[in-house]
Amino acid sequence: MNDHNYTPDSKLGKWFNDRLPLLTLSKHLTDYPTPKNLNYWWTFGGILTFCLITQIVTGLILAMHYVAHADLAFSSVEHIMRNVNYGWLIRYVHANGASMFFLAVYIHIFRSLYYGSYKNPREVIWIIGMIIYILMMAAAFMGYVLPWGQMSFWGATVITNLFSAIPLVGDSITTWLWGGYAVDNPTLTRFFSLHYLIPFLILGLVILHIWALHVPGNNNPIGIDLKKPSKDTVPFHPYIVIKDLFALLIFLIIFAFFVFYSPNILGHADNYIEANPMVTPAHIVPEWYLLPFYAILRSIPDKLLGVIAMFAAIFVLIILPWLDTSKVRSAVFRPLYKQFYWFLILDVLVLGYVGAMPAEGTYLLIARVATAYYFIHFLIILPILGKKEKTLEVPISITDPIFAGSSNPAMTKKYQDKI
Amino acid sequence: MKKLLKISSILFLFFNTNLYSAEQTKDLLKPGWSFKGFFGKFDRSSLQRGYQVYTEVCAACHSLTYLSYRNLSEKGGPEFSEEQVKIMASQFILLDGPNNDGEMFERPARPSDKFVSPYPNKQAATAANGGAYPPDMSVLVKARKGGADYIYSVLMGYDEAPSGYELDDGVYYNTYMPGNKIKMSKPLMDDLVEYSDGTSATEDQMAKDVVTFLAWAAEPHLEARHKMGFRAIVYLIIITLLVYFSMKKLWSRIETEV
Repeated sequence: MNDHNYTPDSKLGKWFNDRLPLLTLSKHLTDYPTPKNLNYWWTFGGILTFCLITQIVTGLILAMHYVAHADLAFSSVEHIMRNVNYGWLIRYVHANGASMFFLAVYIHIFRSLYYGSYKNPREVIWIIGMIIYILMMAAAFMGYVLPWGQMSFWGATVITNLFSAIPLVGDSITTWLWGGYAVDNPTLTRFFSLHYLIPFLILGLVILHIWALHVPGNNNPIGIDLKKPSKDTVPFHPYIVIKDLFALLIFLIIFAFFVFYSPNILGHADNYIEANPMVTPAHIVPEWYLLPFYAILRSIPDKLLGVIAMFAAIFVLIILPWLDTSKVRSAVFRPLYKQFYWFLILDVLVLGYVGAMPAEGTYLLIARVATAYYFIHFLIILPILGKKEKTLEVPISITDPIFAGSSNPAMTKKYQDKI
Repeated sequence: MKKLLKISSILFLFFNTNLYSAEQTKDLLKPGWSFKGFFGKFDRSSLQRGYQVYTEVCAACHSLTYLSYRNLSEKGGPEFSEEQVKIMASQFILLDGPNNDGEMFERPARPSDKFVSPYPNKQAATAANGGAYPPDMSVLVKARKGGADYIYSVLMGYDEAPSGYELDDGVYYNTYMPGNKIKMSKPLMDDLVEYSDGTSATEDQMAKDVVTFLAWAAEPHLEARHKMGFRAIVYLIIITLLVYFSMKKLWSRIETEV
């Protein structure tokens, strides 16, 4: 932030800005020097902001028509779908919006993993991001409970039951969470209240996330520190704004396909059956974005250890900046890390797949191996790799790499093409 | 740009394949529905016939609680005329009240009323059907994996049980039902209803008609959704192209490619 001395042109602007420097802020945001080599994986921050706002706006309208009551919730959703003007559109955007939100956040997280965006000096951005991610999962889970279908009810039962694994006080905690002795109306009403609260917490954290980002500035595909502003950077507006907008529009086309042509494909058919505590569905599965964690939970035969493993899977992500010991940020210059990275992606996809399958036989075995590998990647491979790996030569600038004929053929070629 | 398109199409394919476990033993019958696809619309006369099959056959046991009679004349549905719907609704008697004397009273249904259910409550429905509750049909098509194909397959899937297959009284063999057991007796047979439009009421025709009707009942705004979706996507593609070329122009000032 090097633009504290900004003075607005108009007298009124100056008067206002002296009292509340909003114009300075806006000047900072438009001028913000951004690396000019950011690729499209960097557009997901803007896309995620869009997703959050979409969820808040559609959610606000849904809440005007939804009734948080065990006897009325399901029919109030049908009322929205049938009788509220464009209620079907609002609800399908909100429901698919959650999936699109997670799709974007996973890309955003894995982009950070690839380019080492979580490393010094960006640890705080990363940790705030992880807290946002955890809150997103909580919000999504509670939101899925609100239509009060079979999967809502039984998903809520399974997840809240996890807390009963805590020794000594587990059962009391579960009863306290439920507001009774089973998932019922008190559970639904508190989930609704919290589901309404969490997005605003996320919004606050998003502001902190962006603030923390603007201190060191963006990481970039080659993961080097840049002089700002310089030949390596462009002002955020209009260059990055229009690029983010373009990517957002592509994202919206995919979003629209889901909303208009397969609005229920990401959901589970059982959730169109009203909740019935007397009938358990054949398979209780969470929404797709929680499946990898669900697989980790079920892969461990002991309930308490399973819950611990599931939370540990998120916790290792939080402490990732200290697990990855490599000084080089971008995987572009880390040939071995690159391979482990793709293997981790495969591992997480496998976990997601087995999470949707019954926990038995081969599926269970695969889930166990994949769970073990997940932890091995973060707890063993990353710390050792950072010390042992022979990294490639890193250029000192985006525009003028001081190496020509470097050991990295890809980089050399790219720059030779320019010359 | 090309890379981006490739990635998005892969993602789309990935999410379009169903993630949840399949356990259907036999592939469902797929008669092909007019309401599938980008321009999918309901076949108006099939919807009207389907309503007839529902009222004359299914409605003996199955409710349709989230629908109102007025929906039958709304755009994108069977589109009966409002006059027809008034007459159709008045053929059903419902319990209303209490009136000013505190009495409950019976009256003919009006278009604004919800569909009258065959049983006063769930327990009565369950008791009258040998302990199996005939599910409400309002969202049935969305509530079953396989949707319209599944309902159609179950309707057409009644068969003799294979030899040695034990069936209790009041349980029937069905090829497409999970576990092959169903408590509903075979509901459709040729010429069970008489279509006023002259269509011959074969079992297959009735099954198609009633499934079309139920698909509409589950998703009454499907046609509006398809229509708006097409417009939205065309609009998005145009604006995306405009933004793309503006972006190219802007970035041409910088030596980096976008």
